[in-house]
Amino acid sequence: MTDDLASQGPFPLSRDDLLKAYRIMRTIREFEERLHIDFAKGDIPGFVHLYAGEEASAAGIMMHLKDSDRIASTHRGHGHCIAKGVDVHEMMAEIYGRSTGACRGKGGSMHIADLSKGMMGANGILGAGAPLACGAALAAKVRGDGGVGISFVGDGASNQGTFLESLNLAAVWNLPAIFVVENNGYAESTSRNWAVAVDSYIDRASGFGLPGVTVDGTDFFAVYEAAGEIIRRAREGGGPALLECNMVRFFGHFEGDAQTYRAKGEVEAIRASRDCIRMFAERVIEAGVVSRAELEAIDKEATELIEDAVRSAKAAPLPGPADLLTDVYVSY
Amino acid sequence: MARKISMKQAINEALDLEMTRDPSVVVMGEDIVGGTGSPGEDDAWGGVLGVTKGLYAKHGDRLMDTPLSESAYVGAAIGAATCGLRPVAELMFIDFMGVCFDQIFNQAAKFRYMFGGKAETPVVIRAMVGAGFRAAAQHSQMLTPVFTHIPGVKVVCPSNAYDAKGLLIQSIRDNDPVIFCEHKNLYGLECDVPAESYAIPFGEANVLRDGGDVTIVSYGLTVHRAMEAAEALARDRVEAEVVDLRTLSPIDWDTIIDSVERTGRLVVVDEAHPRCSIASDVAAFVGQNAFGALKAGVQMVTAPHVPVPFSPVLEDLYIPNAPSIAEAARRTLSPTGTSPRSIAA
Repeated sequence: MTDDLASQGPFPLSRDDLLKAYRIMRTIREFEERLHIDFAKGDIPGFVHLYAGEEASAAGIMMHLKDSDRIASTHRGHGHCIAKGVDVHEMMAEIYGRSTGACRGKGGSMHIADLSKGMMGANGILGAGAPLACGAALAAKVRGDGGVGISFVGDGASNQGTFLESLNLAAVWNLPAIFVVENNGYAESTSRNWAVAVDSYIDRASGFGLPGVTVDGTDFFAVYEAAGEIIRRAREGGGPALLECNMVRFFGHFEGDAQTYRAKGEVEAIRASRDCIRMFAERVIEAGVVSRAELEAIDKEATELIEDAVRSAKAAPLPGPADLLTDVYVSY
Repeated sequence: MARKISMKQAINEALDLEMTRDPSVVVMGEDIVGGTGSPGEDDAWGGVLGVTKGLYAKHGDRLMDTPLSESAYVGAAIGAATCGLRPVAELMFIDFMGVCFDQIFNQAAKFRYMFGGKAETPVVIRAMVGAGFRAAAQHSQMLTPVFTHIPGVKVVCPSNAYDAKGLLIQSIRDNDPVIFCEHKNLYGLECDVPAESYAIPFGEANVLRDGGDVTIVSYGLTVHRAMEAAEALARDRVEAEVVDLRTLSPIDWDTIIDSVERTGRLVVVDEAHPRCSIASDVAAFVGQNAFGALKAGVQMVTAPHVPVPFSPVLEDLYIPNAPSIAEAARRTLSPTGTSPRSIAA
């Protein structure tokens, strides 16, 4: 926060940080919208789960974190990666299965990781990240370095035993662990309202002895403020907490999903009324802190960045046959 | 200075030495302190069979009791390992692996490959294995082949206190995930063990007995049954070479092949079930790589393809014994060299 805080207007972030948050969200959106197009063209192998519509959650939380703080992500991990600082070119190359990818083409969309940035991995197993984030929190606690471990799950994986056990373990061990439920209303196609037996995740958190907070996950500022308080508390030894971000998913569960389970017009409606990036832009422009031209300049840069990432990914070398057999063990 | 201690004490000593040497080593598991939050905390249980007794008094909070939540704490150990700690998680009985298997085979085992070689997961998961404790089907299995099947994890199963200490120290220092299998019926077995620290490298089998007539390969408890069988065979002037694998992944193929090339005969003894077992794995490897040296068909002596029974009379039948191993060795010396075909063989 380099700016004079007096110039920030009504926001708890400096002007520079507002621009940074916008750049993160816009980069995620461009990344995902571009994948949506390129997947349909058949350029991208495998499964791709897009985070578009949910950007305010990743940005609002990750703005509080350092590289030494760890996050354990989900199958819908691109947004978490970008917000945590993973290189966009390496991410795109990974999704294209290239040897220059973040995981040298061995992980793909569902396994992008960069431990040097505190990104412990997207994860193809739903709920599996929660125990891992407890481990990150444990390591921070043993070292006494004030770090935190953050687990992301969707509303679907919030029903996994691993997630529920982790809430209890984190509470019993008083870990600096934070559990973020990104509730976009759907576990693949199954409605959250049907599959989660409680109305509020606050009830679920209190059942395990930890505080819970629910926010509008499309409101960057609501996420930012709630996450800031929870993270500060965890860093100071106050223990774990749960944060529910109610949000919307602009695309299907995965690319190629016809989304026949959604109401007609639902996606168009949420794009029109609950676009977290547009809402953020309107607020900061209206407050006179940031100009429309500044945001449009970021939009343009984000588009160019993604275009360049796609171009370089397509030009990058594929893994060679010898790569099949490497990186299994440190030594064997 | 060597002195006689039990395998249980040797494991305790290895944990103690490594926790003393390296502050990043933490140990966690159900009841391993065995009294956290209870009145008797200072003289706590130290594990369900007392393997970690006394360590809490020395190392305090780096020894952690866990809630009964295998997925959560084994996963936490794995996560912490990627963040710079060297956790040792005790899973009490390997049979409980089913509860937390995802964290082992989809997470720990795959991080390094899936992340393009950029992760290290130096975690040890200790678990009791094996039958003979009258503990029935869910506390007695030898699940080693389940783990040797999975690239990315290492699998260790010592047969004695000396190996247990050196292999556990190596496991803790190793930078890959290790499944450390402790046969519960060997915990009380004593042998000479140096008081100081030492590490036994992985992938080095131990030839316990030299012999030129037949090779008997085994690991864990059944190594001792194989040695009994070798003594019985020696009385009939059949000299068996007994190879204790010690580590199953990696496995010391060279020692197995060298021995078979000299003896021309192989018996593989495995307390696991016969299908896709360590025994069938060794048999297949020798068949593929030393077929020319074989003078008879390879014999497997394994547990039958049934769950571990409770009734002591049945459980004793279940575990491979010395007479059946000796009989298998004699079959390799007979002209036909074949064995009865049965799932209970």
